[in-house]
Amino acid sequence: MAVTAPRPTARNRRADAPSGRPARRRGRIQWKGYLYALPALAVLTAFLLVPLGQLVQISLYHWDGVSASTWAGLANYTEIARNPQLRAGFLHSFVLILFFAVFPIVLALLLAAVTTRASRLRGVSFFRALIFLPQVVAMVVTATAWTAIYAPDGILNTALRTIGLKAVTRPWLGDFSTALPAVGLIGTWLEIGLCLVLFTAGIGQIPAELYEAARIDGAGVVREFFAVTLPGLRGQITVALTLTVIAALRTFDLVYVATHGGPGNATSLPAFEVYNRAFGTGQVGSACAIAVVLTVLILIVTILITKLQPKEDGT
Amino acid sequence: MSVRTRPHRHRRIAAALTVACLTAAAAACAPGPSGGSSADSTDNSAKPVSTDPAKAGKVTLTEWDQNTDPGTNASTAALNKAFMQKYPNVTIKRVSRSFSDLKTTLKLALSSANPPDVVQANQGYPDMGAFVKAGLLQPVDRYAKTYGWNTSFPSQLLDLNRFSADGKTWKTGNLYGVSQTGEIVGIYYNKAKLQSLGLSVPTTLQEFETALAKAKASGLQPISYGDADKSPGIHIFGVIQAATAGKDGVRKLVFNTGGAKWTDPGTLKAATTLRSWADKGYLGSGFNGQSEDQAVASFAQGKALFLVDGTWQAAVVEPKMKQNVGFTALSPAAGQPPLTQGGEGLAWAVTSKSKHPDVAAAYINFLVDQQGMQVSADHGNLPALPPADHKPAADSVYAGVLDEWKAVSQKDGLLPYLDYTTPTFYDTLTAGVQELTAGQLTPAKFTDQLQSDYASFQQSK
Repeated sequence: MAVTAPRPTARNRRADAPSGRPARRRGRIQWKGYLYALPALAVLTAFLLVPLGQLVQISLYHWDGVSASTWAGLANYTEIARNPQLRAGFLHSFVLILFFAVFPIVLALLLAAVTTRASRLRGVSFFRALIFLPQVVAMVVTATAWTAIYAPDGILNTALRTIGLKAVTRPWLGDFSTALPAVGLIGTWLEIGLCLVLFTAGIGQIPAELYEAARIDGAGVVREFFAVTLPGLRGQITVALTLTVIAALRTFDLVYVATHGGPGNATSLPAFEVYNRAFGTGQVGSACAIAVVLTVLILIVTILITKLQPKEDGT
Repeated sequence: MSVRTRPHRHRRIAAALTVACLTAAAAACAPGPSGGSSADSTDNSAKPVSTDPAKAGKVTLTEWDQNTDPGTNASTAALNKAFMQKYPNVTIKRVSRSFSDLKTTLKLALSSANPPDVVQANQGYPDMGAFVKAGLLQPVDRYAKTYGWNTSFPSQLLDLNRFSADGKTWKTGNLYGVSQTGEIVGIYYNKAKLQSLGLSVPTTLQEFETALAKAKASGLQPISYGDADKSPGIHIFGVIQAATAGKDGVRKLVFNTGGAKWTDPGTLKAATTLRSWADKGYLGSGFNGQSEDQAVASFAQGKALFLVDGTWQAAVVEPKMKQNVGFTALSPAAGQPPLTQGGEGLAWAVTSKSKHPDVAAAYINFLVDQQGMQVSADHGNLPALPPADHKPAADSVYAGVLDEWKAVSQKDGLLPYLDYTTPTFYDTLTAGVQELTAGQLTPAKFTDQLQSDYASFQQSK
């Protein structure tokens, strides 16, 4: 609200002002503004826009990384559409969105809602730090640890055997039907802390009067959640959704360490293919084309997510 | 109105900037050098070779290797030190990286303006072939003549380091390097367990299958197998294929000499055999989720009768099993010399832009002459050319490894690694083996996939 407030007045003032001089002054101010932005723009150009341009450029060539390249046109892009393995990779990353974004957000919302019922907890910050821990640990460490858990003689199977569920045991990361969900669950474990920290912070900002009012009006736990907590967390949910969806789409290290895209190609992902083609099989052009498609995809999904969030109130 | 124009101008400027950047990038020349650079390397070939690095003045030689495991690391360090002692005017700068790190960084290093002088290049199209095509390595034929590599190395080892000058045909044309170590894939066996089952050391696929069945029947895990890392699949499939498709069949496929298909009966038989092993439980359960390290450790603990793996695992299992482990390779038929896949260590090659190619070649010769091979053997490695007086303890696994290597390398029994076939074959084959053994692919469908990768590579050549 504080942000939106000054805007109408500024607009009014400008509309009232005589048309000639302020326009010129505004132009001058603008150019000075660009001057200030110039260092940032230069850095952005040198380290982001130019490499991005090169990425697009290389994607239009057949190139092995060392010898002369040949013009490919859009062949690298049509290959993505034609190659069933690459298509499957993109499909897998959408399955991962379920595990990286949807599950953690739903679970974290539930947990956060429950925590709000206990109005004052001792050591909340301790638990918050604890639940945020997966985000702090290096992904390679996480993946290695989970590989040991999922191994044929790992902790998970041992636990299942001791409670008499021997029939369920399997090499979780080596089984065609469970490999992708197993990788996905690592993502759920990773992202749930991030979501929970975001949501508990968000709930802290919801005015306590709203909860009181809801309770006075006779709202139960469920009603209170949907009427007060959920609308109050819209902003945080959008942020969480953006971060976790991007994390899902660009997943690389998890698969690189845990499965190498296997068994078969059951867990191959676009980001993994980019690395594999660029550095392993010498298909740099194709790798760049996949990277471009992935970038565009992430951009579109991010824009869609921000569109989901209704504009801030004030009306 | 004026309010509305502002963001528009912003956007226009941003768009203009982006377009400018993109066109600037696109206007620059195509990625990679413009053709014809491979001609650079040919000038040197006529020059006389100076074999005495002492006369070269002050020289700094940069070498990149992948010798990070204890044995090769120690021997490389020892040989570098000895070379610098012999030639005080030469300083060797060593850069040592793990195989996969070397693979990903060597391309960039080689295409830089100031590449290392000596590098270890991996055989096959994706690495050495690509380097040769780009003119980054220089032929070493004149050095091979001078130093006698032509005669000291068996031709099947030299051929693996040959490429046509355009990098398109492997195994013929110029020599681009020589290797110091050898390696083959074979079968490790648990001596005590083999004896308790009343079995002798298997020498053919048939005997091996008999032993597998007997072990399974007695409740002992026949093979310790873990394919989560994907590469062990190539080894076990190759061991079977060597027996079912034969020497010529496999070589025709991998070396692209024509006249063979991956769908041929020999390869199909290998796929069917491997699938039946998986179905019968010879490979254990959950092998696609077990890492190679776990499988090797499990064999070393005595939990299985056999381990199908390379000679590089000898140093891993020996400390645990001592004299209780042996190594063998299968023959096509009883009494014939063994036939198995394997090769040699990465080739030591000289880069095109090296300022001291003669010193570089003298250094390589220092690594691969009899003295160099001896130092390599002394540190527990398997030298490509074992010195005559090199004799590991007779009952150790190293003796078995050395015997099989001698038999395979000297009696034309070396088959190429299957992933050499095409640049993408490693991915196709390893994923395929996982699918085949898990019952996701029929043997016929599996060979179809291999053939389609092979066919599309031949088309693109």
